Amino acid sequence: MGRYLLRRTFVLALSLIAAGLVLFVLLRLLPGDPAAALLGVGADDAQIAAAREQVGSDQPIWVQLGRFLSDLARFDLGKSFVSNQPVLPEILARLTITLPLTLAAFTLALCLAVPLGIIAAARADRWYGALISTISQFGLAVPVFWIGILLVWLVAIEWRLLPASGFPIDGWGDPWAAIKALILPVVTIALVMSASLLRYVRSATLDVLGADYLRKARALGETQAQALIRHGIRNGAVPVISILGIELASTLLGAVVVERVFTLPGLGSMLLLGIQQRDYPSVQGVLLISTLLVLLIGFAADVIQRLIDPRLRDPGAGR
Amino acid sequence: MHFVPKLAFAIGAALAPFASPALAEADPSAIIRIGSLYEPQNLDNTAGAGQGINEAFNDNVYEALFRLNDDGSVVPVLAADHTVSEDGLTHTFTLRDGVTFHSGDPLTAADVKYSIERVTAETSKSSRKNSLSTITGVETPDDKTVVVTLSARSISLPYNLSYVWVVNDAATDITASEDGTGPYVLDDWKRGSAISLKAFEGYWGEKPKNAGAVISYFTEAAALDNALLTDALDLVTTIQSPDALAQFEDPARYTISEGNSTVKEIMAYNDRVAPFDNVKVRKALARGIDKQKLLEAIWGDRGMVLGSFVPPTDPWYEDLTGVDAYDPESAKALLAEAGHPDGFTFTLETPNYDPHPITAEFIKAELAKIGVTVNINIITANEWYTKVYQAKDFQATLQEHVNHRDVVFYGNPDFYWGYDNADVTRLIAEAEQAETEAGHTEKLREANAIITEEAASNWFFLYPQIVVSAANVTGYPVNGLNSQFFLRGIEKSN
Repeated sequence: MGRYLLRRTFVLALSLIAAGLVLFVLLRLLPGDPAAALLGVGADDAQIAAAREQVGSDQPIWVQLGRFLSDLARFDLGKSFVSNQPVLPEILARLTITLPLTLAAFTLALCLAVPLGIIAAARADRWYGALISTISQFGLAVPVFWIGILLVWLVAIEWRLLPASGFPIDGWGDPWAAIKALILPVVTIALVMSASLLRYVRSATLDVLGADYLRKARALGETQAQALIRHGIRNGAVPVISILGIELASTLLGAVVVERVFTLPGLGSMLLLGIQQRDYPSVQGVLLISTLLVLLIGFAADVIQRLIDPRLRDPGAGR
Repeated sequence: MHFVPKLAFAIGAALAPFASPALAEADPSAIIRIGSLYEPQNLDNTAGAGQGINEAFNDNVYEALFRLNDDGSVVPVLAADHTVSEDGLTHTFTLRDGVTFHSGDPLTAADVKYSIERVTAETSKSSRKNSLSTITGVETPDDKTVVVTLSARSISLPYNLSYVWVVNDAATDITASEDGTGPYVLDDWKRGSAISLKAFEGYWGEKPKNAGAVISYFTEAAALDNALLTDALDLVTTIQSPDALAQFEDPARYTISEGNSTVKEIMAYNDRVAPFDNVKVRKALARGIDKQKLLEAIWGDRGMVLGSFVPPTDPWYEDLTGVDAYDPESAKALLAEAGHPDGFTFTLETPNYDPHPITAEFIKAELAKIGVTVNINIITANEWYTKVYQAKDFQATLQEHVNHRDVVFYGNPDFYWGYDNADVTRLIAEAEQAETEAGHTEKLREANAIITEEAASNWFFLYPQIVVSAANVTGYPVNGLNSQFFLRGIEKSN
């Protein structure tokens, strides 16, 4: 395991550097100039030249790349061109919204998807089993922003139960206000995410239900529920966990849309604004940190799978 | 001011919230919750903060020697006295007594010198830097006196100084903090979310009618409207579409005010290149588009059709909508005279945000009727700046021009649209050197008549400036000139 962890850490670092390089080049292939975000109509050529010099966009691309890499080696993500503030503290501040949002949505989605998915598989022949499958199909078809807009209209505007958008200016200073601001976004993401998770749980459960070891457990006198809990979940979990890793990662990145619908000052809105303004340090910073998080999630999913399934730990075992 | 009677009435009505007293008892401890779409990128108006910083900070956090009022007048603020030498080249300002910065430092002449030089500095990103280019020196003979010397007369100096925040010269970096003399201090700023201001205890002037404001920033107009609908806001500074207004039509709950903005939707040609170097072609395109229909399609019965680049809040405004009024037949005749009897094709660079894409489609349909083919090229705001404004690599473009008193751009042949008429350049330069306001106004009106007669660009309409507030909130500015939003007069009753 120790050797495995070492190898994975090395691959992770390498992936991060590769992602950083790709990002750097792609960003600079976009038309536009970060200096433009700093200037308005009325600025003259001298002001434009001065702004380009300030953000470094007057330099050849390899000079910019050298600066980027040397900063990165010192774990310095630089300063935003437009706000003139260091990028890393802002990313960390915004993560205090995006991380709770993603994790809460993920947990809620799991709480919905796992029991419902198992029921949908175990009771596929009953009307409610079929109903769950049908509704999840519907959940897959609707876009996340549509659910968001619908929830805002119903819960915030019609019923006045929760705020329609925004996050308290003092952040988590008043936890209840912060939680209230996150409920609708969390539910929005969780509903859409649980629809797709449910289908994986359902098919994994169906596979397990047809497995020989489960039939044997039943033959030894266990009820279907007992057999599923004792032997089924652990076996069914292995494929589901790799899917969970992917889902969690895509939720983190997909939070852009939900953050926009609910005007949350999270990582997604920082990324969007950064792209519009060609604020390279902000975009690079957000994408590098998100890449790191996504790689870490994949890493964690791998490790958890190995812990659950001894065959993955030691390919020789159990044969 | 030279308004046509109908407009004078409209503005009078729009100013009504200023005058009308709150119905119930106003609460001086109220914090006004404001929603806006224009988040500043940083807190320094010379460091590329964008128009949002004017909205949040002008005359709220920072004051200037003069203020551009909501009705377009310019009045002294930190300048107690202003004298001009006989030759017009030396302006002497005496500062008001008893003014302190938020940090506690007293206001001195050195602060004013520092503040002017911040705007004229080489690294300044201020779009007003050019208008202060006649300044050759700023002297401070004593703590209360500032002497500004000019290379040429500049009648607009007080107006231009209204854009120059007076900043404490001891403040080193104001991109994320502030040190002004205004009635509010910065309480908190959360990027991507909100700015909170609270009343400054040591303010030299009359106390504000509220205890502060929280300005929340939105990226989606619909989310902004929802926040007002759910009572999370007291007012929103701009409504972006007439459809959204239907939700606020209950006068018992909301007040809708319509003022005059300075935001002009125009199609600028690259006047340097064929076929737009030909006045007849430009005039033909002006006559080939039904601007009234375009305005109705976008704003319903709000806003106003423009006949020139000058909006009614500029003193040199006159109604020139008759110069190249809608007339497709004469448009075709002009095209034939210009050597394009079968029309021509051009590319219209179109920013990707409202209302430009719809405007572009409308223009394409209208110009097809006179034989002109439009290829629409959708670009981002950033691309617009680099490709159109900076590299001047375009045939025609749509753009909303937000500045106040910006007809002077036509006096600069190097400006992105490349309009070059020696008479206009001369008149605009002479206007600035006029000895009286009347002379200034007259010269600019003369210049604008030529610019309009030559159809230098195609000016479509002036955006309405729509502010919607809860019914218990009064006293806010309705025109929002130069994107300003004065907070001190806003009252909220219980």
